[in-house]
Amino acid sequence: MPAGGVTPDSGRAADSTAAVVIDSVGKRFGKRHALRGLSTSIHYGQLTGLVGPDGAGKTTLMRILTGLLEPDAGRVAVAGFDVVADNDAIHVATGYMPQRFGLYEDLSVMENMRLYARLRGMDAEGNAELFAELLDFTRLAPFTARLAGKLSGGMKQKLGLACALMARPAVLLLDEPSVGVDPVSRQDLWRMVQALTDDGMAVVWSTAYLDEAERCDSVLLLNEGQLAFAGPPAELTRRLEGRSFRLEEVGAHRRAVLAEALDLASIGDGVIQGAGVRVMLRAQAGTEQIRALADRTHVRLAAVPPRFEDAFIDLLGGGPGGTSPLAERVPPVQLASDVTVSCRNLTKRFGDFTATEDVSFEVRKGEIFGLLGPNGAGKSTTFKMLCGLLKPSHGEAHVVGLDLRRATGAAKAQLGYMAQKFSLYGLLSVRQNLEFSAGVYGLENAARRARIEEMIDTFGLAPWLSAAPDSLPLGFKQRLALACAVMHRPPVLFLDEPTSGVDPITRREFWTHINGLARRGVTVMVTTHFMDEAEYCDRVAMLYRARLIALDTPDALKRGAANARRPDPTMEDAFIHLVEAAA
Amino acid sequence: MSQRSGIFNRTRLRAQFTKEVLSILRDPRSRMVVFVPPLLQLLVFAFAATLEVRNLDIAVHDQDAGRWSHELVSRLDSAGFVDQVRHVHSRRELRSLIDRAEVIAALEIPADFSRTIAAGGSGEVQVLVDGRRSNSGQITVGYLSAIAADVGAQVSGEALPAAPVLVRNWFNPNLTYRWFIVPGLSGILALFSALLITSLSIARERELGTFDQLLVSPTSTPEIIVSKSLPALAIGTVLGLLMMGAAVGLFGIPFSGSFWLLLASLVLFILSVVGIGLMISAISATQQQAILGAFSIGVPAVLMSGFATPVENMPTLLQWLAQGIPLTHFLIIVEGSFLKAMSPGDILASLWPLALIALVSLTMATLFVRGRLQ
Repeated sequence: MPAGGVTPDSGRAADSTAAVVIDSVGKRFGKRHALRGLSTSIHYGQLTGLVGPDGAGKTTLMRILTGLLEPDAGRVAVAGFDVVADNDAIHVATGYMPQRFGLYEDLSVMENMRLYARLRGMDAEGNAELFAELLDFTRLAPFTARLAGKLSGGMKQKLGLACALMARPAVLLLDEPSVGVDPVSRQDLWRMVQALTDDGMAVVWSTAYLDEAERCDSVLLLNEGQLAFAGPPAELTRRLEGRSFRLEEVGAHRRAVLAEALDLASIGDGVIQGAGVRVMLRAQAGTEQIRALADRTHVRLAAVPPRFEDAFIDLLGGGPGGTSPLAERVPPVQLASDVTVSCRNLTKRFGDFTATEDVSFEVRKGEIFGLLGPNGAGKSTTFKMLCGLLKPSHGEAHVVGLDLRRATGAAKAQLGYMAQKFSLYGLLSVRQNLEFSAGVYGLENAARRARIEEMIDTFGLAPWLSAAPDSLPLGFKQRLALACAVMHRPPVLFLDEPTSGVDPITRREFWTHINGLARRGVTVMVTTHFMDEAEYCDRVAMLYRARLIALDTPDALKRGAANARRPDPTMEDAFIHLVEAAA
Repeated sequence: MSQRSGIFNRTRLRAQFTKEVLSILRDPRSRMVVFVPPLLQLLVFAFAATLEVRNLDIAVHDQDAGRWSHELVSRLDSAGFVDQVRHVHSRRELRSLIDRAEVIAALEIPADFSRTIAAGGSGEVQVLVDGRRSNSGQITVGYLSAIAADVGAQVSGEALPAAPVLVRNWFNPNLTYRWFIVPGLSGILALFSALLITSLSIARERELGTFDQLLVSPTSTPEIIVSKSLPALAIGTVLGLLMMGAAVGLFGIPFSGSFWLLLASLVLFILSVVGIGLMISAISATQQQAILGAFSIGVPAVLMSGFATPVENMPTLLQWLAQGIPLTHFLIIVEGSFLKAMSPGDILASLWPLALIALVSLTMATLFVRGRLQ
């Protein structure tokens, strides 16, 4: 808990006047309405979550609140100052942490903090106490001499937060602070923000993670530039009472059951949770269809309490269907061996630093295999060694029985790869990107034209063919990246944080395709920070400090974290439990 | 599946080549980098940059005002390189004109100048030169000595003597500066555009994250190198040829050598530059690093190539280094082909080092790209 230094003066904290007043605000970019007639208020001493699908206007609203954008219509007052008329005062009254905080990677932690203090017109030497407090608060004190560029993702966010808190703002604005941050660091961020709101600061936290929204005091849900809901998240969740169910212990054919359930008219949403399938009924829909499905598959149907995510999806009109048009066109994978990916004693050292140490596992055909771990635990290094991008210092990795570092071109075509942040050629159009992927995987003439048309058709890319990938809505960008990765129908698919920063609807559509491909026998290797995503995996490998600390099904990992106080732990609980047990 | 293995596959190569060409043409920044500076440089170098001394002002402090000082000043006035003779009446004035760089040199003619000459002695004039402009200053001193010698000749013989030595400049009879600089420019411009295109190419993909995607695909390292070399080779060759065309068409510089041999040299030259550019790109993490890398290699390479100063005047170690710079060899070929109808044998003597450098640099680039897979 910080002392008074970090927080605004307590006089303001005590009263309940609004920290932010938004009055019929509108903002247009060209013809597109980013925000329309938005009116609401945000209060001191509260953590307010800002949620909504991609393109809903979250970032636009954030930038208006910080005085970086001028609204076209309406008025916004932050900490009593008008964002247009008193623009200079806004910068003093607010702390802002953009999606990628502007840290200077070549400066140390301490130098970054000094710089931000001076930028705020503060004397760095005279504020030794504040510095010590911030370092203690963020637990960065042992790392003051480390270059910001060498910090892990979670530590960078904490340093960004320390810099944003420098001027003791009355209102703190955080734009997706937890993207790419592991659950342990995320927990730290939460603890810090909680302490700040307890002391009276108003904190706005925009996020694509709905479990985070659920923990906020109040939520602003944006959709297509309009306010769809404002209030405590529980209030929205309560509307869903009696509509959430779980098909328990479905086991091996849970993907088929999920697909079937999602195609039912009465089901609005569904996800895999370990061995079970969680579904949400549409409004006014009966339970007959889902009961029939449960009976047919001989599984138990249990009512479960609704989550904020259910309410969110419901408000947006339900998730996508369960059938993947992509997987339907893919012929079942035929492979000689049942083991598709394997590694033995895999070790990688960079100088003195060991990134991966003695990791061994085997992945079977058609399995979805997750690699989890805190930032810097060695996930990416292990992942890169498996797909041949890094040479192991010791041990070996095989994909479909081949060492990819020595493999020929044809052998490498056994693998599909989707990198973080959808690596697409920004200078090429959508069609040119597809043409390139087809060509580089050696698809020729008629086969290539047919496959490209198939991808355009499957993913609905026709209206975007001559657009640049960067101008696409995020959902389409992800479809394009997936299309490029699976165009050559690889039996093994590598996904490196495939849905980082992507909204829940787009994420569901993505997993519908992945589930479909897995049912066709495609092996899927996935790294993720997203615990809901880990639930889709058949097995999860947990890495911590370069070592494999657990390898089991999501349900088994969750059971391991159960105790009297927490009988039904979430995947996130399991993650934190494992890391703490290993530390 | 229809994939064929092997180091080179036509389909994969074509896909990558198309991607590279589109990346260059669709990127306004790369278009600027590639096409605008060469044209600007052509104009700047051809019209502004020159080693000749022209349009200068000279100050004269004439304390004599006699016959010979008048003779000297009037010759000065009519000399081609002098724009204006500025008459001053005090030492201080003279000093301040040089101080403010309004004149490059000043003559101080003593009061007894004409008298001394009339008495059969040798008149002495003090010349003050602006040492800050040392190169132009030295050339000016040379011109001034020639004028003084003329006056001296008139004093002794009262008639202009025949010049003792007649200089004839072969290959460039009038020593036209452009004849020397423009052919060399074609090499420098092709060098920079090829260097920049290639050094950006891998670094750009690394920034986008597409390079990993490329490395896990069936494509081979030689394919990556070839597909990244070809567009730069094409653009570099076209730019080089354009510049040579401008040399002949625009500046009227006589071309007396073999076009086809020159073209072959140009291609080999650019290939060797492409290899160097790809090496830079393979070790750069960002496009910014790549551009800095290209310039920190390119600029010293031009300075040491013999374009500005003769290679023979450099220390032995640097002379050896200069042999490793493709531009050194290409300059010999292009200047020779323009002005002195260089024989095929002489061209070959400079062509094989180019071929060797190309082979080494492209091999190194391939190894560097492969080395990224550590």
